[in-house]
Formats: sequence, structure tokens, C-alpha cells
Amino acid sequence: MKARVTVTLKTGILDPQGKAIEGALRSLGIDGITSVRQGKVFDIELEGADGAKAEALLKQAADKLLANTVIENYRVEILS
Amino acid sequence: MISNERRITPEQVAEHGLKPDEYQRILDLIGREPTLTELGIFSAMWNEHCSYKSSKVHLRTLPTKAPWVIQGPGENAGVIDIGDGLAVVFKMESHNHPSYIEPYQGAATGVGGILRDVFTMGARPIACLNALSFGDPAHPKTRHLVSGVVAGIGGYGNSFGVPTVGGQVRFHPRYNGNILVNAMAVGLARADKIFYAKASGVGMPIVYLGSKTGRDGIHGASMASAEFGDDSEEKRPTVQVGDPFSEKLLLEACLEIMAKDCVIAIQDMGAAGLTSSATEMGAKGNLGVTLDLDRVPTREIGMTAYEMMLSESQERMLMVLKPEKEKEAEAVFRKWGLDFAIVGTTTPSMRFIVKHRGEVMADLPIKELGDQAPEYRRPFTEPPKLPVIKAEHVSAPMAVADALEHLLGTPDLCSKRWVWEQYDHIIGGNTVQRPGGDAAVLRVLEGPKALALTADVTPRYCEADPFEGGKQAVAEAWRNLTAVGARPLALTDNLNFGNPERPEIMGQFVGCIRGIGEACKALDFPVVSGNVSLYNETKVMGEELGRAIPPTPTIGGVGLLDDFGKSATLAFKAEGETILLIGGDPGWLGQSLYLRDVCGREEGAPPPVDLAAERRHGDFVRAIIAQGIPTAVHDISDGGLLVALAEMAMASGIGASLDASPAGPSPHAFWFGEDQARYVLSVPAPQAEAVVQRAQAAGVAARRLGVTGGPALTIAGERRVPLAVLRDRHEGWLPEYMAAGL
Amino acid sequence: MNSAVLVFPGINRERDMARTLRLVSGHEPAMVWHADRKLPAGTDLVVIPGGFSYGDYLRCGAIAARSPIMDAVRKFAADGGLVLGVCNGFQILCEAALLPGVLMRNQNLRFICREVYLRVERSDTPFTRGYNAGQVIKVPVAHGEGNYIADSGTIARLEGEGRVLFRYSSPDGMIDPNWNHNGAINAIAGILNERGNVLGMMPHPENHVEAVMGCTDGRGLFAGLVDHLARAA
Repeated sequence: MKARVTVTLKTGILDPQGKAIEGALRSLGIDGITSVRQGKVFDIELEGADGAKAEALLKQAADKLLANTVIENYRVEILS
Repeated sequence: MISNERRITPEQVAEHGLKPDEYQRILDLIGREPTLTELGIFSAMWNEHCSYKSSKVHLRTLPTKAPWVIQGPGENAGVIDIGDGLAVVFKMESHNHPSYIEPYQGAATGVGGILRDVFTMGARPIACLNALSFGDPAHPKTRHLVSGVVAGIGGYGNSFGVPTVGGQVRFHPRYNGNILVNAMAVGLARADKIFYAKASGVGMPIVYLGSKTGRDGIHGASMASAEFGDDSEEKRPTVQVGDPFSEKLLLEACLEIMAKDCVIAIQDMGAAGLTSSATEMGAKGNLGVTLDLDRVPTREIGMTAYEMMLSESQERMLMVLKPEKEKEAEAVFRKWGLDFAIVGTTTPSMRFIVKHRGEVMADLPIKELGDQAPEYRRPFTEPPKLPVIKAEHVSAPMAVADALEHLLGTPDLCSKRWVWEQYDHIIGGNTVQRPGGDAAVLRVLEGPKALALTADVTPRYCEADPFEGGKQAVAEAWRNLTAVGARPLALTDNLNFGNPERPEIMGQFVGCIRGIGEACKALDFPVVSGNVSLYNETKVMGEELGRAIPPTPTIGGVGLLDDFGKSATLAFKAEGETILLIGGDPGWLGQSLYLRDVCGREEGAPPPVDLAAERRHGDFVRAIIAQGIPTAVHDISDGGLLVALAEMAMASGIGASLDASPAGPSPHAFWFGEDQARYVLSVPAPQAEAVVQRAQAAGVAARRLGVTGGPALTIAGERRVPLAVLRDRHEGWLPEYMAAGL
Repeated sequence: MNSAVLVFPGINRERDMARTLRLVSGHEPAMVWHADRKLPAGTDLVVIPGGFSYGDYLRCGAIAARSPIMDAVRKFAADGGLVLGVCNGFQILCEAALLPGVLMRNQNLRFICREVYLRVERSDTPFTRGYNAGQVIKVPVAHGEGNYIADSGTIARLEGEGRVLFRYSSPDGMIDPNWNHNGAINAIAGILNERGNVLGMMPHPENHVEAVMGCTDGRGLFAGLVDHLARAA
């Protein structure tokens, strides 16, 4: 089973990397982008075929390790 | 007898960087057509980077011996004895082409590679230095390259855990398409516990340790030898990605199994990865090697034998272990979480045999693979001698004070703090002298000994006169070490040049080597390791010949201090002290930074190097430092005397009142001439006269320059230069330049 | 003093720390491997040194914080034992929830190695009894992720309870953005847990304890700890 966990910064947490990326896009002439916040994507393969079980497992993985819940949110998607 | 399913075509031979006559040499050597895997093996072993085919005949003329040299060139790194049962292992290497293509990873993997060369011999790395050459600051790529390279060096070295303590950064348009990243690593080992690549024993298992093998860098060694064309952007996939964390684990595991006496032979997989490490291990030990590629840990599926043999995946070692110690070694590998596998055996056959999926993919004579690499005595022409620029023929476009302020804010002379603050230079707790001085000084273990380290060269001198420039590179490294009070012991050279197939470039190489050799001999400062990087040229649209870098033979020097507490630093220490000039003052402006950056002229013969005078002056300075007489010492180089004085003042916040320049030399020649073999000292006033007399008795010219004190540099007859203004210029250029790109 | 220095894969300042502990306390610290489950008997100070544990992968200190040895450290701290985390050690303590907040990327996005000035906010803790309140000390930093961030509630509590032990300052003790190299909120360089027995700090006091290296301002932290433990014994 293939799944994806996306980890992003909580709103309000300062993201200097995102700011730097915004500036770089502007200087490349790519206009009209008002905000960039950088996150992380984890592409995960699991055993089994039970979607609900997989989601629960991945939530555990995210809570315990993949995300620092002090400053980050996460989203779990089952892809196949 | 193996055969090829496909014929090797002339296009394939060319793609592999082999000339038709080199290919014929292969056919003659093995008596048949090579397989594709074998062709790949030859292309890796016989390219410039691995075989030194254009440079070997000349490198052989360099002095490599001294009573304190344990191992000279030919192994992973050089080894010198520093007494008390300790040895210093060091080398410098280039990673120029990859850094231009992917600056962060190119520089990072350059650092990783040189660190491995040092710890594979059993030495714990204790310091890194690096010499960087970038293009014109106005060139659109320069900022990106500076940012990436510095971040990459810091990113790798800091994470690995070694302090980066010194180096050089320069800018010149001739490096526009060919930046240089020369990385030096220095390690400490027990003199009786140095490890070599030479395998011994027949039927011994060959162990692979470290990261899994992927498709990184395939044809990287070949890329290092090819000039860049317009399509170099597409070469991105061949750059390796470094993992300093893996390398740290590898370091600890290797040092642990060495301490447990498990190792017979060990070699890191660098350029040409498994190919060069396995053949070297066998050839040096007069043994054959058979590899079974089915056992090699891979991180990609379906890798071919060709790919596995040429992969330059980082952070991998090859070793032969004592059979009775294998279990113990395995436990260490597991503890550090490292992949390992037995991938082959040593054989009595003197053949290099590679098997994959039950088939023999290569069967080559192991010694001849290296020994029979082509060796070229390429034709060369000596450059014309440039005219000596007489000081009286150089009119000063601005006042001395203005020229000083201007020069300190130029890219070559400005403070490089923006760079070295991105390197952890404190880790280890042994950095006695941090970046910014003449040489870095590192305490050895708990002391009292210390090492002095420097990396230096003046490329514009080498271009103007390769012989004098080569001498000067060595002399200046020697002077840098002397200026902190160290006894120079040995050096490593990283020779960066253009296309050696061009006689004028080959002439630069030959001339520089001659100069380096002469200086090494005169100063008892042998070469113990080194690296050659050729083909640093870019084809420019519309031009027939490639544009080459200026000849840049970087010299990495190592010296020893018996007592780190007695090292000298360049900052003035107190007001009211006498400032002395050691060495003469004829006023040489040819190829000086004053002539280039104030007058706009890159002309003239470079300052000649009198090696006997270098020795005499340096030995005198070192002797008085050992007696604790001078309170500050600085050697004079780029920018001349006044720049040296300004550096001593800015470092301390204590200015100076300087007497007017002596009658004779034009003032600007006196203050900015780059005559060699000179130092500036400050000494307590009561001792000044005695020092001058002692110098003169030793055949060393010495004169009083002035007195320390005050918030400015004041030269009699010139306007006052406040230190605050100098500091702003000096510290301001680089951070403002880098910030402007954001 | 019976100190224990934790070693995780990728930690690289454990020898600097061990040398300092040895020099100041006169006792050799125990080097404890991350996979061990127990601290040596009689340990009275646990130190988590600097480095790049697990290559800083995922997040700085994230993987190390979940190592087996950390359970023992948590218990040790819960029982009142003294814990000092420096640089990566501070990051590990935050990830392990032994301290609040998070260390994020320096505001200029670059690694910075330089000497900074720290104002010691209180002298009535085991870690700072070797200093006077308000004293300014010079200590090196070497980090890319030292920007201390926490939500406003946490910051208010830290400040209100006097749990900020060190702040980045000017040489004469003024708090000023020009002297805050990484942008940390309120120039926070080091904080205490609620109970006052766990300190996390980004700067490296262990690198400034020998006169020969040019500065001994870091010595007071370790000397104070030795003193405190001697009295408590």
C-alpha cells in the first residue's frame, strides 16, 4: 500500500526559508506569488491492504516522529 | 576467454575519453578487444585525474624526502613525524568541475573525499582548510557559486565534526567558467599505526563498508578531465551527493577496528570508486583480485557491472581484514549501523577479475592496469619574460591614504569573515589561532606542541612567470608558518591548470613545478602528497581556443610549534611599541595588487624570490619569536607593507604613527610594493635597537617604521586614516556583495 | 561530580565536553552510548553535547530524542537529577519534551560560528551560581538552527517564572537585535525547565574554559555545578 504524509508548518510559525524562496522566485521574474511556506513530504509503503488501519498507523508515525506537533501540522493520504 | 557481444565503436572509445592511440595501447596490452565493462575500467584508470598521465614525468622531479617524512606521494595522503610517537597525515585535493555544476554538493563531496583519504590511513582528522577561486564578482553566476560552495564546505565539515580553520578566497574573471575548490584535510595518528592500501595474503576476503552503491558520478573522473562546453548544465546527474553523517559513522567504525587491530589493508573509494580501490589494493600487494559484484550492496535495482565498477557513490571503504578478527570487526560495523559485505578475494593470479551474475565481465592484468597507463611528455613552450616595471614609471593615481582605503575594500584583500563564520572553526577545543591570521594554529592533543597550517598561492605571479610564481607559492606558505613561530615541515600541492595539450599551458605547468621544486629544496620543505587538476578551461563561443584559468598551484603547508603558548599573532598588543620592517624595501610594483586594482594594470614581471634571503629572514624571525621578543608578527604579501600594517592595526584596534617613506623609492612603491621575504614586527620600545642589530648581524635588513598607538594609521606627510574607516571597508565588501543578490 | 556524557551517532562535541568536565571537576565523565538503557549508578549530572546527531535528519535532535537512553534520562530528570543540553543537546531536550519550544533555522539561514556575549539572568541556579546576575560572559556559538521559538503562552511563562537563564546581548549587557545573531525570540540563548534541574543552551561554554584558548568565561557554569553537587552531597 502506498501512502503520503505531508508535514507543514503551523500558521504563525515564522518560516525564513519560505521567505527566501519567495524572494528568489520574484528575482527570477515569476510574479504574482504572494506567499510560500516550505514543508515536507514522506512517501511511505506499508504492508497490508486495510486503509483505515494504515491511516491509524501513519497518524501514530506522524505524532510520534514525522511531525513536531509543537510547530507542525500533518495530513495523511492513502494513495493506493 | 571473455568476449564482447557488441563491438566497441570509435565513438564509444571517444565518449570514454580515450584517444585512438590510447585505445590501441589497450588492445596491445590485453591482446584482444575489451568488453564494455573493461573499457569503462580503462577509461577511469587512464584518465588524467587517476593516471596523472600529463603530469607524472614532471611531478617526479619534486623533492619528497626529509628525515621527518614517513610517507611521501603515492599513498592516500602524506605522513610526517612530529615526535612523541605522533604523525600528521595530510593532503589537498580539488573538486573543481563538480563544484561549478552543483556548488553545494560538489564542494561538500570534495571535503568528504579528502577527509576519507586522511582517515583511511588511520588518522583522526583534526582540521580542514580550503582555497577557493571564483570568477568576476560581476559575473551572473558568481554569487550563487560562492553561496553554494561555502555552504557545502560548512555543511559537510561541520556535520562531520572537523574544524575548518583557514584558507584563501580570491576572485578573478579568468575563473568565470572554471571555479576552483581545493580542500585540504589534516589528521593525527600514531606514527607506528599508519594504515596502507597494500593487501597481503592470498585468499583473503575483501570487505566493502559504508553507503550502498548507486549511479552517482558515473563518468565523474572522466568529467574531471574534460573541458566544459555549452552543454555543461546537463552534466548535473553525474554529481555525487555527500552524506557527512554516514562519513562520521564510517570514521568512528574505521578508527575502532584499526584500534582493535583488525585491519591488514584499507582504501577509500574515491574517484573511479571500486575500480581504483580494488586494483590498487591488489597491485600494491602483488596480488590479484577477484570481485563478485552480486555481493555489492546497491541502492538502485538492476545496476550493471559497468555501473558498479564506475560508481562514485560516496562514503565507502574497501578493506582486507585479519581473518581471526572478522567477527570483532563485524560487531563494530553493526554498532555503527553500517552496511558491509564480502565482495571479493585476493588471488595469486595477478589478474583483476570482475564477475556478475555468473559471467566474467572483466579480466585484466592488475599491475599493468595502473603501470601501463600512458605517460606523456607533452610539448611545452615557455612564456616570454615580462618586462620589469620600474617604480618611477608608475605614477600614483591617488594619495597613499586613499589607495589603502580602496585596496582594503577590494574582493581579494577584504575580510573573508562572511565565509569563515559559516565554518565551525572551534570544535575540538584546540584552535589556538582562528581564521584571520597568517596561519591557523592547532594544539596537538593536550599540548604543548601545536601545528601551524596554511594554504596559499599567488596565481597572477605564476601566470607572469611560472618559475618565479612556483617558488613564491612555496616561499609564501613557508613564511606564513614562520610568522606564527612554527618550523615548516612539509607541504601538499594542488596544481590547477588549463589544457595540457596546449604547449603554452604545459609550459606554465613545467615552469611552476620547477619553481616549486627549487623552493622545496632550498627551504627543506618537501612535497609529501598532492593532486593535479587539468583542463580547467572553458570554450567560449566564437573563440578557437578555450579560456584557461591562471596557473594556480595551491600549496598547503604544515609546520610545528614546540609550545603553542609561544605562537605569534599579527594584532598589535600595546601602544607605544616600535614597529620594525624585516627585509629590504626596494619597492616592486610589477604584478602587485596596487598596480592592478589602483592603477588598473595587470602587467610586469612578478617580484623575484631570493630563496636564500627567505631562509635567512625567516629563520631569524622564528628564532626571536621562540624567545618571546616580538609582540606581533605578520608576513608581507598581497598589497605590500601598508596593507600588512593595516591588518595588524584592524585586528587590534591599535593604530600606528609611521615615519615618512625613505628617500629613494617612490612612496607608493615603498608602501605597496610586493617585494618578497619580508615581515613586520612590533617589539617593546626598549628592545627595538637590539633586535635591529641582531638582524643586521644575521645578514637581515631591518629598519624602524614607526610606533603603535592611537585610533588611526598616520603616515608622516599623508592624511590620517581612521581605523574605523578601514574596518568598514575591510569588513563591508563581502557581506554587502552577497546580500545584494537577495 | 559523576557526570555522564551521552553519545548519539553523529554527536561530535563529546570529547570537548569530556575534556572540560575532566578539567573542571577533576573526575573523568562516563561516556554513555545512546543504545544503552541505563545511566551509570551514581550519576549526578547528565550532559548532552553538541553535534549533528543522525545528521540532523528529519529535524535537529528528532531521532536522538527517541533513543533508548532518553527514557533513563527522563526518569533521572523526574527524580531531580541535573541535565545540561548544549546546542544539539538543547535541540534533543526540546524534541524529548524535557524543555518547551523548538530551535529553528537561524534567521539569516546560515550556519554561524562566532563569539557572542551572553547576559546571565540569574545566579541562583545550580548552573549559574558561578556567575553574578547580570554578568556578561563571552562564549562561542556554532549552529545553523539556534533560533528559539515557542508560542506566546510558553514565552510568557518562561519569562514570568524567570526560566530564561541566558540571553544574547551586547558586550555591556544590552538586548539589541544587532547582537542577536540567530533571531531567537527575546534573544533567548538558554532556558530552564519548570523544576529548575534541566538547562538547555545553544552556546558552547565548554569551549571557553582554558586560558590558553583565550577566554575562560565558560568555566563558571561547570565550576558552579561542581560546587552545587559538592554541597548537595
